[in-house]
Amino acid sequence: MSTPAHPHASSGRDFSKIRSVLATDCGSTTTKAILIELVGSEYRLTSRGEAPTTVEAPVEDVTQGVLNAVREIQELRGRKFLSDDGKKLITPQTGDGDGAVGADIYISTSSAGGGLQMMVAGVIAKMTAESAARAALGAGAIVMDTVSTDDKRLPHQRIERIRQLRPDMILLAGGTDGGTLSHVVELAELLAAANPRPRLGIGFDLPVIYAGNNKARPEIQRILGGKVALQIVDNLRPVLERENLQPARDAIHELFMEHVMAQAPGYKKLMEMADAPIMPTPGAMGLIIQEVARRDKLAVVGVDIGGATTDVFSEFDGVFNRTVSANLGMSYSVSNVLAEAGLPNILRWVPFAIDEAELRDRIGNKMIRPTTIPQTLEELKIEQAIAREALRLAFLQHKLFAVKLSGVQKERTIADAFSQGGQESIIDLGKLGLIVGSGGVLSHAPRRSQSAMMMIDSFLPEGVTELAVDSIFMMPHLGVLSTVNPKAATEVFLKDCLVRIGTCVAPVGPPAPGKPYMKYELTLPGGKRESGELAYGQLKQIALEFEAGAADAVLTPLHKQVDFGRGKGHAWQGKLRGGTAGIIFDARGRRPFEIPTSEKDRVRALTEWNAALDLYPPDEVSGKAGK
Amino acid sequence: MAQAYTPGLKVTGKTTIRKTRRLPLVGTVTVRVGDRVTADQVVARTELPGKVFPVSLANQLGVLPEEVPDIMRKKAGEHVTKDEVLAEKKAFFGFIKTDFKSPITGVVESISKITGQVILREPPIPVEVKAYIDGIVVEEIPHEGVVVEAEGALVQGIFGLAGEVHAPIMKLARTPDEVIDEEKITDALKGKVVIGGALLTRGALKRCAEVGVTAFVTGGFRYNDVKEVLGYDVGVAITGHEKLGTTLVVTEGFGKIAMAHATFDLLCAHEGKIASLSGATQIRAGVIRPEVIIPLAKDAKVVETADAVDLGLDVGAPVRGIRAPYFGRIGKVTAMPHELMKMPSETKVRVLEVEFEDTHERVLCPRANVETIERR
Repeated sequence: MSTPAHPHASSGRDFSKIRSVLATDCGSTTTKAILIELVGSEYRLTSRGEAPTTVEAPVEDVTQGVLNAVREIQELRGRKFLSDDGKKLITPQTGDGDGAVGADIYISTSSAGGGLQMMVAGVIAKMTAESAARAALGAGAIVMDTVSTDDKRLPHQRIERIRQLRPDMILLAGGTDGGTLSHVVELAELLAAANPRPRLGIGFDLPVIYAGNNKARPEIQRILGGKVALQIVDNLRPVLERENLQPARDAIHELFMEHVMAQAPGYKKLMEMADAPIMPTPGAMGLIIQEVARRDKLAVVGVDIGGATTDVFSEFDGVFNRTVSANLGMSYSVSNVLAEAGLPNILRWVPFAIDEAELRDRIGNKMIRPTTIPQTLEELKIEQAIAREALRLAFLQHKLFAVKLSGVQKERTIADAFSQGGQESIIDLGKLGLIVGSGGVLSHAPRRSQSAMMMIDSFLPEGVTELAVDSIFMMPHLGVLSTVNPKAATEVFLKDCLVRIGTCVAPVGPPAPGKPYMKYELTLPGGKRESGELAYGQLKQIALEFEAGAADAVLTPLHKQVDFGRGKGHAWQGKLRGGTAGIIFDARGRRPFEIPTSEKDRVRALTEWNAALDLYPPDEVSGKAGK
Repeated sequence: MAQAYTPGLKVTGKTTIRKTRRLPLVGTVTVRVGDRVTADQVVARTELPGKVFPVSLANQLGVLPEEVPDIMRKKAGEHVTKDEVLAEKKAFFGFIKTDFKSPITGVVESISKITGQVILREPPIPVEVKAYIDGIVVEEIPHEGVVVEAEGALVQGIFGLAGEVHAPIMKLARTPDEVIDEEKITDALKGKVVIGGALLTRGALKRCAEVGVTAFVTGGFRYNDVKEVLGYDVGVAITGHEKLGTTLVVTEGFGKIAMAHATFDLLCAHEGKIASLSGATQIRAGVIRPEVIIPLAKDAKVVETADAVDLGLDVGAPVRGIRAPYFGRIGKVTAMPHELMKMPSETKVRVLEVEFEDTHERVLCPRANVETIERR
């Protein structure tokens, strides 16, 4: 990975020659530990363990969960990583081979205790406020609210909101350098009037980062100075045409460590234990997604669907974006998926008839008992139907957020005069090269083809798009590792983390029931040839392992409106790589993508699609709902 | 994972209950360690800074922002009453005067010559925290609140709505599997904590609010009815601020599901006693469970429930299914195989074998899909 290695500021140690790494992610419910070791000349994942996170009473010390997770590794690996009293990690490693004790370094990410919760403020919603939100999200925060002078709220309503939310920190932006002062100063006055208190640490001042018009700094200092813990950094939008988000992001990470983490139970100890600064989990995951995109020169979308939130990351043409859908998730937030998507949208992915009231009760019960696991096939199908909607909504939010900069002067064409709608999204599904999925429902689906179909159905990729998943949820660990040893992070990422599922080939084209839609001709590695036709609405899977190498493919439209990315009616020629689910041809059309609305037709279509990919085992008797 | 099962909710005849009663901001603690307090006694109070009213005086009076301090009749920090002249602009050598009257009674907080904005603040709003349960103050959190301790019975629910209340308990359901519909809600239940059975219908909850039932404890409630009653979906289980009129505590889950016998018996055994309840629920970081607390005298007769939560999950432990296809079924663990097993969903998990108490059928299910319950 390209991120430069640097010795940890406090230890001054050289991390380029480490033999072993213990890494943890302290999540809101589970602390996940991994062990990476130098095996021969390359770094590999050798063990993993997990334990409940211990931020809550009665333990109230996050390091206990870390020690418990490492103890599981100690037992599985048969090597000592904890001191005799079990209260300390042994670093650095002593001895080698069978006589090795401890690990060379310990690093960690964290989203425990609700992660990093921020509020951002900027002068104009679609300009500086949006840039401020992008800076905060990119640093791994949840943005609780965005305040701007044009947010249609009255000033006293904004003040009330700031007071109610109690964020971990506030990012204040506004104005270009040297521009008008009054608007951003007015925002500072509102902030001062609200006198906001931090979420943690009742007696502490709230950290506020100012990243706006540099001319306003003295005024901002005067207004906010004694009231909050103010830090001033470079303007995140020095001119309208350019964002400069990194100084604000760095300040967020620094304050996250100094103020937020220092208030959370046990984090002072955790910070002392770690050999590199602790990063917010999504911030670390974002680093990895950016590295993949830059290394493979691909447009990449990454998604991490958790119990409470779903994070979407993207990098298109060198522009990185992250969004967090704070209330879209598979356990704590599962009822919110139902609320936001609506029951009909979830039902459209359920391949059998089900009583609606019973389905609502089941979803409600999953929310209040979030750790349960689908035992029956029917429960699994329902869970994966909900996941499709959570992913779809999270991606929709991402597309609306990941837009080109507003306020930039550009030449207008006559077409612009007729175009309605908002800003132009930079998410171009035709350019998208790779989708990477992470989180329990994607990483732990019993069959990888299920993960593939969940991502295809929710993101509706167009043309040729590769698919992959995080094998055991270790991308955040590798993100923070990439800051101290890029080589180790890259090697483990490629060998042990990224599971290649395959490639989705989905031409754009209108509905054409019963009509021939596309034709494929493949020359597989080794020379074997495969060819066939798909009618509109069909799916087809061709087995091909990633390691076997790419197939030469010729894709031909059989309908004049069908487009593989080379124009309507034009053939596509190139290489297709496989994976655990091989190559998936999707002739269900795009723009629009349609699922039959009647229950009978819907069940028939979904059953056919599931059968085409051998998505589920045959229905079993005990899989039927019953009490 | 060392603890791959769901610990049960507490249902106990007598335990030591400690409730932390904290202010949202620093303030004054009004009781001392050792004081005996009652549920509705104030234990700490503070003042929230008053509501803020920004006024763009420069715009209102048509002056430049830097001129605003000069036309102010009141200085920062001074008191102002509603309709009192706050600022006055003079033109034509003082012959024409235009003034701006204060929209509120309060103080002038700040005057800005950069924005021309004046910030007014209303008087502070008093905030009080009550003891919530009858008990003794055992700890003071300086400037923030206290910890109140009491001996008593405790029932934790799984989901609730609306906030803290206290009232005498009254039994309504004859058996834990009874369905309570609106016809069963009568005026006699006004001001009571009512004990129901397997289901409280939507109509019955509405009737409870009309009649003035203080709180209702039920085994099950339809998830769809939550939306119907509140007018919106509870997407994330963070509740407690709803304005329902009746606090709701659901002990088992969504749907029609009989209240556990021990819970039902325990609550009914204390009929007539005062219970403190809260519907506040938070099922994520910082877990908060809805609860029923019945403070008891030190020499009170204890209703036997035996401790459940400490038993852990082992052969012989009584458990309840918390996911389909065995949701709500009660049984006993008969085996705990070590190896991972493939479920019909093809998910590989650690399992246990359960024998159901009603049919004596033995089945395998994921350890994560049961919770330990109280022994009876």
